[in-house]
Formats: sequence, C-alpha cells, structure tokens
Amino acid sequence: MALRSAVHRLLVLPHRCALVSACRAQGTAAATRHGQSPSSAKVQFDWRDALDLEGQLTEEEVMIRDSFRTYCQEKLMPRILMANRREVFHREIVSEMGDMGVLGPTIKGYGCAGTSYVAYGLIAREVERVDSGYRSVMSVQSSLVMHPINAYGTEEQKQKYLPRLARGEILGCFGLTEPNHGSDPSGMETRAKYNPSSGTYSLTGSKTWITNSPVADIAVVWAKCEDGKVRGFILERGMKGFSTPKIEGKFSLRASATGMILMDEVEVPEENLLPKVTGLGGPFGCLNNARYGIAWGALGAAEFCFHAARQYTLDRIQFGVPLARNQLIQKKMADMLTEITVGLQSCLQLGRLIDEKK
Amino acid sequence: MSGRVLVGVKRVIDYAVKIRVKPDHSGVVTDGVKHSMNPFCEIAVEEAVKLKEKKLMKEVVVVSCGPQQSQETIRTALAMGADRGIHVEVSGKDYETLGPLQVSKILAALAKKEDAQLIILGKQAIDDDCNQTGQMTAALLDWPQGTFASEVSLEKDGIKVVREIDGGLETIKISTPAVLTADLRLNTPRYATLPNIMKAKKKKIANVKPADLGVDLTSRLEVLRVDEPPQRQAGMKVETVDDLVSKLKDAGKV
Repeated sequence: MALRSAVHRLLVLPHRCALVSACRAQGTAAATRHGQSPSSAKVQFDWRDALDLEGQLTEEEVMIRDSFRTYCQEKLMPRILMANRREVFHREIVSEMGDMGVLGPTIKGYGCAGTSYVAYGLIAREVERVDSGYRSVMSVQSSLVMHPINAYGTEEQKQKYLPRLARGEILGCFGLTEPNHGSDPSGMETRAKYNPSSGTYSLTGSKTWITNSPVADIAVVWAKCEDGKVRGFILERGMKGFSTPKIEGKFSLRASATGMILMDEVEVPEENLLPKVTGLGGPFGCLNNARYGIAWGALGAAEFCFHAARQYTLDRIQFGVPLARNQLIQKKMADMLTEITVGLQSCLQLGRLIDEKK
Repeated sequence: MSGRVLVGVKRVIDYAVKIRVKPDHSGVVTDGVKHSMNPFCEIAVEEAVKLKEKKLMKEVVVVSCGPQQSQETIRTALAMGADRGIHVEVSGKDYETLGPLQVSKILAALAKKEDAQLIILGKQAIDDDCNQTGQMTAALLDWPQGTFASEVSLEKDGIKVVREIDGGLETIKISTPAVLTADLRLNTPRYATLPNIMKAKKKKIANVKPADLGVDLTSRLEVLRVDEPPQRQAGMKVETVDDLVSKLKDAGKV
C-alpha cells in the first residue's frame, strides 16, 4: 500500500509531491541552520505541530488519526479536484468511510467504534483537510442522523438504522431549516398531524439547504405537532409525498450534494417518531454535536492551506528571491501558524472536557 | 491446514522522510524522525491476516525486535488483525548493531517456542535493503523458503508460491513448515479501521529478552562510515557520435 501509492503519488499528484518536497526543504534548511552535534538533544521548533499536540494524544488516538489520514490522502484527495470542479458527489466515499468505521464513531454499540470525542475531532480534521464538502457529509451522517437516533430514538429504531448507517449502507440527512425559517427554527411551518385511526403522522412542509438530501435513504425531519411542540421523525425514501430536489449551481461545497425535502401529506408510522425528546432542544443537541467536529475540521482545512501556501512561497521566485523572503509573507505565515496552533489546543481541551462529562 | 503463523515486522524510518546523514558519518539521523512499519512487513501482515480470515491458519503472532517504540509497530499490526504480539527488547548498542543474522536467530528460536507452521516476513527492509532475514531464518530452521512471493496458496500437500524473479515469474511448491517473504505485488495492505484499532488495545504484547531465547546478539559487522550518494554532476552535450566516442575514450571509460 505504502510504496506503490507513494510512487503513484509522486508521479501523478503535484500537490502531494509538494508535501514530500516540504519534508526535503525543511530537512536541508534545518541542517544548515543548526549544524547540530548528535549528542545535544536540542528541541527544534516544529512548524507542523508547534505546541506538540501529538504528545497530548493517546497512542490509540494517534493510530486512529494516522490510519485515517493515510486513507484520506490516498483515497479522497485524488478525487476531489474533479469532484469539486464538476459538482459530483461520490456516494461511494460514505461506504468507504463506513468500512473504516469512522461514521458515528462516538456511539457505543450498534456496529459503531465507541471512541472518544477527541478521536472524532481528529477524524473530522483529516477529512476536511481534503474537502469541507466531504466533512459535511460525514458530519451529517454521524452527528445529525446517527446521533439523534442514538440519543432520542427507541431501541427498535437504533437496531433498525444505526448498524446500516455506520456501515455507510444507507445515507441520512437532517431536515430543520426551512425556506422561510433559517436562523429562527422555532418559526417552522412544517406540520405533523396525528391520525389515530392509522397510527401515523401526516407531515407537510418543506426544508431547504439539506446536505445529502438528493441521495439520502432516510431523513431525520423536525416538525411541529398539534400541541405546538417540535418533534423528530424518521422519513424513508419511497414514502408517498416525500421528494428531494437537488439545489444546482452551488459555488461552494460542490463535492457534496445539497437539496430540499418536500413533504406533501407524507404518512409516517408512529414507530418512526423519536420519542425521547420534545422541543428545539432535540435539533440543537444534534447541531451542538456536529459543531464540535466542525471546529476541528475548520482547522484541518486551515492547515492544508497553510502548508500549501508555505510551500508555494518557498518555491516561487520573483525578483530573484523566493516570496518567503518578504517580511509581509513571513508575518502572514506566523499569524496562520499561531491561529491554527492555538485553535487546535482549544479544540483538544474541548474534546477532553466533553469526554470527561460522559 | 490450521496452525500458527509468525510475522516479523520492523520499525523503520518512514518512506516519505528525507534521510539525513549524521555529521559524524556514523549513521543516519533517527531522533525526532517519523518512523513507521516497513512497507513489505505491512504486506506480510496483510497476507497472514488473509490466511486467518480464510480459516487456513488459526493464529497470527506478530514479532518485532527493537526498543520500546517497536511496540507501536506491533500495535499497528494488531490493528490490522493480528492476534497477539511479541516484543523482543533490544536497545542501545545492541540495537545499533542488530542485523539480519541476529534477527533470524531470534525468529528461529521463537518459531520453535511458539510452534509456528509458517513464518511470513517482508522481503527486505527499506532502511538497510539487506534481503537476508527470511533466507537466514529458513536456513537456521532447515525449513524450505518461498522468497519474493507475489502469490501464495496453501494446498493439501504444501504451499504453492509464485515468485518474482529477474526473468519473470517462477512457481514452486514447498512443504510446511516454511518461511515466506513478501514482495510488493502480493497484496494491498488494509487500512486499520477504527473498531480494529480499538480492539488492538486489548490484545496482548508479550515482552521477551534475546537472552531468554538463548540468542547471542554480537555482530560480526562493523559500520565504518555512512555517506550520502554523490551529488549528481552536470552532464555534457555532444553533437555527433564520433564526439561521444572520443569523450568516452578521454574519460577512460572505453
């Protein structure tokens, strides 16, 4: 795996090649600058990990991160350029991530890995290092679909959906935002009316900006019931009146599919109601969970940009010198490095706090 | 056929790292440098795990000889599906002079102790490129060897091995117990999945000292000097074939 793909990467992928040359550049620069003697254990400044985040992780977390980083760089990175350019969502990546066991990783049981929240953050950081759209898909599946079923669902629902979601066999989406209610979900117009004779709820309304919806197999939809309280329902593809048109022509997150959820008197069996939560605390709990992963993810994206910018300014020669010779460039690099390093420390602490409360 | 397969894994400097020679030319810089499992050892582990999944082997035991950090390499193999690990502690001066002869003595001793039916190793390590350990181990045990294996199939009366040789592919049949060394095209190692990484935590790694196995670690080799490859010199362009021949004659090459 390693050797063959290494040769492939160096020959085919220029930006990955940049990463390898970064190692070279750093190596030679360091040797000339310090002229170190082998006996002195001088600690060098590591621009890749300035505050030694690595040393704060457990061996297991390091293994998880390394294994998943290799997968992302070898399997996801080659696809992303064209996927983003052509606005193509590769559904296969969900199954691949399922095989790796990284979907719903913090859930215990039901075919999920049951790792720490810090591990979840590390996973999100590695995916977003490749693309935010891919990380979006993973966040929705893990935090916005698997998490509510796990936290608010019945045992039957968990048995029915979680293992298949964990394997990436089925893809889910999360329906909260509406065309007229974005920042203010409490004003939602989607209604769920209970029919005692058939033991079903009729859902009518529309949701928009829903990641995964055009190709999702199930949808966790939040609707207002007759008592004025918001509840969650699991809708399945194939239910009459349930359609998911795609939103075309996005300029961002093009590698992930976004669409609407249109419901016209969709008959949802009462077994598909999520019973353990009422009110907006339900969706907010899910969003909270996802937001944590997104914090790590944003830093993964920032790291990739920082590394790419650093390499470019070292390589690009104008007016006879590399761009990196200019102080303005150096200040920007220093600022980037600082923000990313400090951000990662905050994310780590946050993750540890979440793990401890559990 | 059901039995135990022993897999040797080596912790080496990661293939993507730019190697730097130490200023005193005694070796290469290893402090603070990223290390990982030798790529051919990954292929060996993958093959062993595949045999277990096909129910052709019962247990996969992974071995590594080296300092404390070798345990990380063993854990990676456990995360790929090996059942248990053995860490043969070798550190300090002994580790600096540890070579194929010493490792093969250790592996031979362990194979007898663990009653292994099969030993699978990588064909060579990417740091020393020796390509000796598998062959030496087979010789010490007086077992047949299938080296540079690009295809392995266990049959009723032995193991069929397709070997990558200079002229192409050679197919041989060897009896068990045997030693195999993995070549690049034997398989594609799996990514360690999250659930397997978590399960690996619970798997046992036993600690063993070379002395316990009755192995003498003294090396017959002494490294005199380590140098970088010579810098590539600028080439020369010639106009005609006659020019080329005369230049070669001048340089004493012809």
